[in-house]
Order: sequence, then C-alpha cells, then structure tokens
Amino acid sequence: MRSQWETIIGLEIHAQLATKSKIFSGASTAYGAEPNTQACAVDLGLPGVLPVLNEQAVRMAVIFGMAVDAYIAPFSVFARKNYFYPDLPKGYQISQMELPIVGIGHLDIDVDGVSKRIGITRAHLEEDAGKSLHENFHGLTGIDLNRAGTPLLEIVSEPDMNSAKEAVAYMRKMHELVRYLGICDGNMQEGSFRCDANVSVRPKGQKAFGTRAEIKNINSFRFVEKAINHEVERQIELIESGGKVVQETRLYDSDKDETRSMRSKEEANDYRYFPDPDLLPVLVDEDFKAQIKAQLPELPQAKKQRFKDSYALDEENATILTASRQLGDYFETVVKESGCEAKMCANWLTGDLLAALNKAGLEIIDSPVGHERLAGLLTRISDGTISGKIAKQVFEEMWQSAATADQIIEAKGLKQITDVGAIEAIIDKIIADNQDQVEQYRSGKDKVFGFFVGQVMKEMQGKANPGEVNKMLKEKLK
Amino acid sequence: MSLTVSEVKDCAHLARLGIEEQDISSYAKDLSGMLDLLTQMNDLDTDGVEPMAHPMDQVQRLRVDVVTEQVDREKFQAIAPQVEAGLYLVPKVIE
Amino acid sequence: MYNKTIAELAKSLRSGEFSSVELTLAFLDRIKQHGSLNAYVTITEDLALQAAKTADIRLAAGNAELLTGIPIAQKDIFCTEGIKTSCGSRMLDNFIAPYNATVVDKFNSAGAVMLGKLNMDEFAMGSSNETSYYGAVKNPWNINAVPGGSSGGSAAAVAARLAVCATGTDTGGSIRQPAALCGITGLKPTYGRVSRYGMIAYASSLDQGGPMTRSAEDAALMLQTMAGFDDKDSTSVDVSVPDYRAGLNNSLEGLKIGLPKEFFGEGLSSDVAATLEAAINEYRKLGATVTEVSMPSLKLAIPAYYVIAPAECSANLSRFDGVRFGYRCENPVDLTDLYTRSRGEGFGKEVKRRILMGTYALSAGYYDAYYIKAQKVRRLISEDFKRALAEVDVMMGPVTPSTAFGIGEKIDNPIEMYLSDIYTIAINLAGVPAMSVPAGFAKGLPVGLQIIGHYFAEDKLLNIAHQYQQVTDWHTQIPKGFE
Repeated sequence: MRSQWETIIGLEIHAQLATKSKIFSGASTAYGAEPNTQACAVDLGLPGVLPVLNEQAVRMAVIFGMAVDAYIAPFSVFARKNYFYPDLPKGYQISQMELPIVGIGHLDIDVDGVSKRIGITRAHLEEDAGKSLHENFHGLTGIDLNRAGTPLLEIVSEPDMNSAKEAVAYMRKMHELVRYLGICDGNMQEGSFRCDANVSVRPKGQKAFGTRAEIKNINSFRFVEKAINHEVERQIELIESGGKVVQETRLYDSDKDETRSMRSKEEANDYRYFPDPDLLPVLVDEDFKAQIKAQLPELPQAKKQRFKDSYALDEENATILTASRQLGDYFETVVKESGCEAKMCANWLTGDLLAALNKAGLEIIDSPVGHERLAGLLTRISDGTISGKIAKQVFEEMWQSAATADQIIEAKGLKQITDVGAIEAIIDKIIADNQDQVEQYRSGKDKVFGFFVGQVMKEMQGKANPGEVNKMLKEKLK
Repeated sequence: MSLTVSEVKDCAHLARLGIEEQDISSYAKDLSGMLDLLTQMNDLDTDGVEPMAHPMDQVQRLRVDVVTEQVDREKFQAIAPQVEAGLYLVPKVIE
Repeated sequence: MYNKTIAELAKSLRSGEFSSVELTLAFLDRIKQHGSLNAYVTITEDLALQAAKTADIRLAAGNAELLTGIPIAQKDIFCTEGIKTSCGSRMLDNFIAPYNATVVDKFNSAGAVMLGKLNMDEFAMGSSNETSYYGAVKNPWNINAVPGGSSGGSAAAVAARLAVCATGTDTGGSIRQPAALCGITGLKPTYGRVSRYGMIAYASSLDQGGPMTRSAEDAALMLQTMAGFDDKDSTSVDVSVPDYRAGLNNSLEGLKIGLPKEFFGEGLSSDVAATLEAAINEYRKLGATVTEVSMPSLKLAIPAYYVIAPAECSANLSRFDGVRFGYRCENPVDLTDLYTRSRGEGFGKEVKRRILMGTYALSAGYYDAYYIKAQKVRRLISEDFKRALAEVDVMMGPVTPSTAFGIGEKIDNPIEMYLSDIYTIAINLAGVPAMSVPAGFAKGLPVGLQIIGHYFAEDKLLNIAHQYQQVTDWHTQIPKGFE
C-alpha cells in the first residue's frame, strides 16, 4: 500500500448460531431444505403471530461474551429495525440496538509473529433474513424464507485493524473461536459465517477518520483480503485524483474482483429502531452466568498457555494444537494413553497426522487413525521397538487399515533389531567391502560416517536400532 | 406544530404507503392536528423518569431449543398472491 | 331463548329444553333477519351447525363444559383456521387464516359454537366502527348512531341478541366504549391475562382481548375460558387463573370506591354525569364508601397513546406487503410499486394516518421528543394508577363523555374522535383491568359505568359489577325491534 496513507478497518461478523430451532420460533434451522419448508407461521410473519426467544441462542451469546472477556449485559433489549425488503417477512428485523447482550471485549490476533489486540465494540443477537433467488422466474425474483429467523450473533469490532492482512487474521481467529466454542459451524459456503467490512483511509498522522465505505457480501477469507485491498486502492485513487469518498454500502463482486455501489441501498435509510413490544427485556443474572461459566470449555488462550507450561510445547505447536477443541483433546488423550514425551506426541500430531488429514480434507474428529492407535504407535517408538522412520511407514499402513501398530509391526516384521551380534556381522561386512571410505574416514573426513550408517541401515532394511549402529560403527572405525 | 407536504411524502415513502397526490394535504392537516395534541406532553416534566415499554414489569421467558414446528408449505402458500416452485414471487429485486 | 344468560342456556341444553343445534339455528335466523345492522363480516353457518351437533353429542355424553353448545361470535381480529379473518380491512379481505388464535382454540375446545366473525374498525383503529372496509355497524338502540369501536360488531351483536356473547379486543377502549354505547357488559382484562397469539396486532403493548356479554356473570364464564398463560406469547403472564364465578356474590359492604376527579370535569356531558351519580349511589346502598382520588397525569394519556400506538402499529402493519398473504395490487411494475400500491390500496384512511404518525414519531430526530417522551409519560400515568389504587379498592367513572354519536358525525374530524377516548385510554397505558357496565340511559341511549381495578383483580371487578346487576336491570334491557 502507498506509504503516505493509513488504512482503517472495522469488521462486522455475522455468525449463525448452531441452535436446532430458530431464534423466535420452533422451526428447524437445518440447511438445505426445500424452499419455504422450514418457514413456520412465525417466520412468515403471518398476522397475529408472536416471537418467543430461544434460550440456547442467549446461552451461546453469553458463551461468546465470556470467551472475548466482554461485558455481559444483565438486561438486554430487542428492538425492531424497520425496512422493507422481500426477504424480510415482517417488514422489520428483530435485532438489538441500544442494549446489546454482549458489550465491550477484545480478541488478540497474531500477524507475522506480532500480537495485536483488537477491540470488540459489541455483539448482539438478531434474526437472519430469508434469501432472494434471482434465477429466472419470468423476470421475477423468488423468495425462500427457510433462513428467516435463524439466530445470528453480530460481532462488531472497533476500527482497530490497519491492513487487509490484519482483517483476515482477525476474521480467521474469530472463525476459529466460534467453532472452538461450538456456537457456530463456521460453514462459509452455506453462509453460516459472513462478514461486512468498514474501510476508510486517511493520510498518515491525521487523527480524524476518513469517510468509510461498508463492503457487504464477503464470504471467504480470500475475498476479505482482496475486497479490502481493492477498496483501499479505490479510495486512495479517488482522493488523490481530487475526488471524495462517499459513505455508502458497496458490494464485493468476487468474479470481477471489484466493489460496486449498491444502488438499492443508496437512499438514506432511517431504520426507526424502537424496543420490540412483543419481547421483554432479557435477563442474564449471576446464576445464569455461573451456570454457563461452569460448562464453558477451557478457552484457546488459556489452553495454549497450559500446553506450553505443562507439556513444554513451543509456541508454534501450542498454537496449532489449541486452534480446535477436538485437536487439543486428541493431543492430550494421546499423551496420556501413550505415556510418551509430550513433545514427540505434539510433533507427530502437527506433522504426520495433520498433513495426512489436510491431504484427505478431513477434520480431526473424522481421522481414520484414532487416538488409541496413534498412542499405540508412539509407544513403540519410545520403547525402541521401531525407529521413527519405520513408524512413518507403520502410520501409513494404519491410515489405510484398521490394524494396530503392533499388528502391522508383527505382520511386516518391522521390529527393530537390537541383537548386537547380528549388527556386528553386518558392520564387519560393510567395512570389509568399503575400504576406500574407511581410509577417508580415518584420514579425518568425518562426513563419511553417514555413508556407513546408511549402508548398514540399508542392509538391515531400517530395522537396526540407530543408536546401537552408531555406537558400534564408531568403535570399529577407530 | 405542523407537518409539511414533503414530510408526509417522506413518511409515506418510508412506510411504503401509496397516497393519492390530492390527499396529501389533507393528511398533512390531520397529522399536524395530531402533533399539536402531542406537544401537550411537553407540559409535563419527565426528567429522570424511566421510559416504560411494557405495562408489566417482567423479563423475557426463554424457550427450550427444540424443533416443534412442522411446516405445511402448501397450506401457507395457498393464501399467497404468487408462488412458483415453492418460492414467493416478487418483481425483480435489483441490488 | 336468545335472552337467556350462558348459565341459563347451559341448564336448558342439559335439561333437553332445546338442543345446541336448535339454539344455533335460532341465532343464525336472527343474524340473517338483522343483517342490516352489519354486525357480521362472515357467518359460518355450516361450521356452526357442525359444531352444534358435536356439542349436542358432548352434552348427551355428559362431558360438556359450561360453554359447550353456546353460540358465540369472534371479533374478526382473531385468526380462525380455514375461515376469512379480515380485521375489517380490504388488505385481508382474501385472507383465510391458516391457523387458530389461542383464544379461538380455547373456545373450540370448550365446545362453544362459533356463529361467525364480527365487524370492527379496520385493524382495530377507530372508535365508531366507521373505518371498517365492510361499512359501519349500526347501533341497535338507534340505527343512525354508531355502536362504538373498534369492537363495534361485537357490541352490536350482543346487544341485538345476534350472539350470546362475543370476543372483543381493547387497545384504548375498544371493548369498553362500544359496550357502553350498546348497553352491554365488557371487560378489558389486565395486560397479559389473555393470550395475544393469533390476535392481529394493532399496538402490541396495549392490545388485550376480553369478553363482551350481557351480564357480569356471563363475562366471568367467558373470561374463565379466555384467560391463562400461553407459552406462544412472551407477554402472557404466568399467574394462575382464579374461579371467576366463585366470588360473584361476595358482599360489597365496606368496598372503597375512588372517583378520579379528572374523570368528572369539563367535557363530561351532564346527562352521563347524572346517570353515573345514580349508579354510584346504588353502590353506596350496597355498603360502599366513596372518596375522591386524583390522577394528575391523566390528561396526557391521549397524546402518549397517539405516539405509542401509532409507533407500534407502523411496524406491526409492515408485514402487509402483498408478498405472502393478503391484498396485492394489479400488475406491479417493480418492487416499490408492489409495496406502495398494495399498501396504499389495501389500507383505509385512518390506518394510513396512524402508520404515518407512527413512522414520523419514530423517525430520526423525533424519536426522543415523541417516542421516549411518551414512554416517560406512560410511566407517570401508570404510577398515578398505582397511587390511586393503593388508597381504594376500585375506581369508577364514565367510559365515554357522552352517549353514542351519529354515524358520520365525527368521521371527518379524527382529533375530536380521539379525544372522546379520554376515559379509557389511560387504563391501557397502565395495563390494569377495567369494565364497562350498563348503568342507565340518557335520551334513550345506553350509558356505561367504568370500573377500574388492580392488576389481576378481574374477579373483584366482576363481583362488583354482578352485585350491581342484582339490584338493577339496565343490563337486561332489550333495544326496540330486537325483542
């Protein structure tokens, strides 16, 4: 970005809460049903229907608030946001305005190894709208209200981010967090996790914010970065060529990689918020909070510190292993079951296991190699039955079958040879066959030592105990 | 207080309420009369009074998160002005 | 048979004097005979006869409830599955409700026979029933006079014996005022006492359904069925429902009646005042003591109401957009055209006036001056009630400043119409229960006495009204031509 300009970004993230039923009705929230088969009388806004608030949605909002160390409002109020749109059945959206359930909090992000604290202004509960389908119905638009009434948590950040990279890091961290907490499935293709970005630029050193544009419709991490970078460029070019940024809503078009003004939202909206008289103030008292706190999982930040402290993990491994609750649980179970050194377990998880999962496009809970089998494998490394190298081979076998490490080692005869006599015989043979190299070694070329190790291991099909081979080779080559 | 014709038009637009051009001034007159009535509230000192949104001093009751509604789409759409393939149809929405 | 009370009818149905089918046919005949009153929007003849047959079976089997087989009618604001629910509006002229209001379900399961749906002011906005898309209802006491509103069809039907009893709804007096103008008994319960689910909303924080009957005893029976907690309505109150008939005969000895001085000042017509004085004297004879109380903020009830109710209605009525149900204009050229014409053509003038007022009061820059101010005034009014009711058992006063006015007399002057609700509106702002009880006549037209009680003191109000009805016969008077 051009050096004389500073970028200011704030994000509004909409996370669909993973409840079974809608926020104000008993209709299902399951994704992908036939159009309008999950829109009940309340969701359709039929005359006379009334909303009743879903307890789980409140609970999830409070869980989120606790996870970002935020103020939880003892009383929060639902308000009506009034506007007409065909995907909004009642002509108003039930949202929260003046008294949101979650107040000021924060989330720490890491960008290029530097930690930065991003302020969270608020998070409030609201209902999602339906969907407009623009396929061709004789030039008409079709409305599917299945999504109408799905609970949303709108998480509003402070304008604390200064680059698209930071915005992406924040969004990723938030995505990780809501999934970790189990309050959102995070499925971005299905729209469970969406983001609007408020972007402005100002000359470096200027205190006042520039005029911001709101970019809507950003539904992937890649697009956040591209959309923001594009918008920043557009604003700088506009200002530098003597123009002015106008406050407006812009739509990101991922096909063209550009943002464009949303004409339909151009007119100044006056949402006429007022407290919804059909709903009463939501009470979150100390009892309710204590109850949630008791069930709250260990939060990623705390867990990471604990992993560093009690398992002596480095920053990188600790970060990776605490990104998801399931991965952390898997790791701890493997450590416990294998009795192996935690660091070795961590390296195996973040290395071979995650690589294999990524390649297969699987989550840890769907791993073909469960914690029991992996623990069994690691035990055999640490008790010297197999070498680390052979273990990789065993792991690959395990990935393909349901066999345990012991069964594979047994069946394939992979057990490490620790019989000194057998190793000695091989070593003697190698030394006899490679007199040139022996000369070189003895004349001071230490590097040649590796050649001997390699030859011995090759001869023994990798099954020799490497420590033993080293020791004996050194002795014989003296 | 009085409400101008253009203010009436603005409100009518916000409320998506079609009003015949020739009726606007009569609405403006009626609404101005109402506003005169409303300004009487200024006679009452309400400083420090908590606004009252509900007659009963209660808190929101919470519903257990279970699916209780089975949707009969045909029944609901039998009363709709225009539907096709299970969708409600409206004139083209331009974003 | 159509002059009998619910209790008397229940007895006759059990003794075999007549069946529910016979009773229902008799009422259906009367309804057709007096069609010119325009009380009904829809007559559900077939369904009524079916329900009557079922009721007769229940009665014969001995598992009937008190309301089983009793012909009642529903204000057309309550959703009735498979039956047109118009809310008095062109907007819903084609609306066949796909579900039942909780109140309707309750009457159905009690075995009551629904004769049809009753005319009303459009979306319950009006005090004369003249804003209905289906035309004005006529007052049975004088067919050139209004029956009051918005539950005008309910009041006229009950007064003219076109139903044993009817449901009404009351947002600013819509049960009590037509009850008073038609000489029947009407009760607006405590806010939250009767479920609002399926009752098409006008102003959600003020709306409350209630019974409209010929006597306090009938009102007790009807309320018994209507009242109760509903988990589909967040504002429904989970307070147990007492037996409303149990205390009807309690003595009024020592009853403390408060007369708010603001109810008896300028604006109250002298003949209404004289009638009320006589009624209050009856209570003195029954052992009550009468004192004056004061409600200083009362005069601001109308302005506060005309901010809060329009504000809430402006949002409540946004769902009528021509997309999922109700009226849609012909050949909309685009989305805005669809909205503005469907709503412009579907709503009548009074509804539009209130939507515009509410939109204005909530719009940027005016919210604090109007909406917040009105909510603060509302609290002060509510505190007035609490203070006054702490000194007395009930308050009494007029329901309306004068008797029924002529059809067409006030319809072009909305403000004057609004001002006539001065004695009823404050009660809705506070949420307390209140009744209108027939208390006599002035120049041949009925006068109602209003009785206002503590939160959830419906049983007390019914007791007080019932005792009065034991010593007076105003409530048994029949309008000429309807004997």
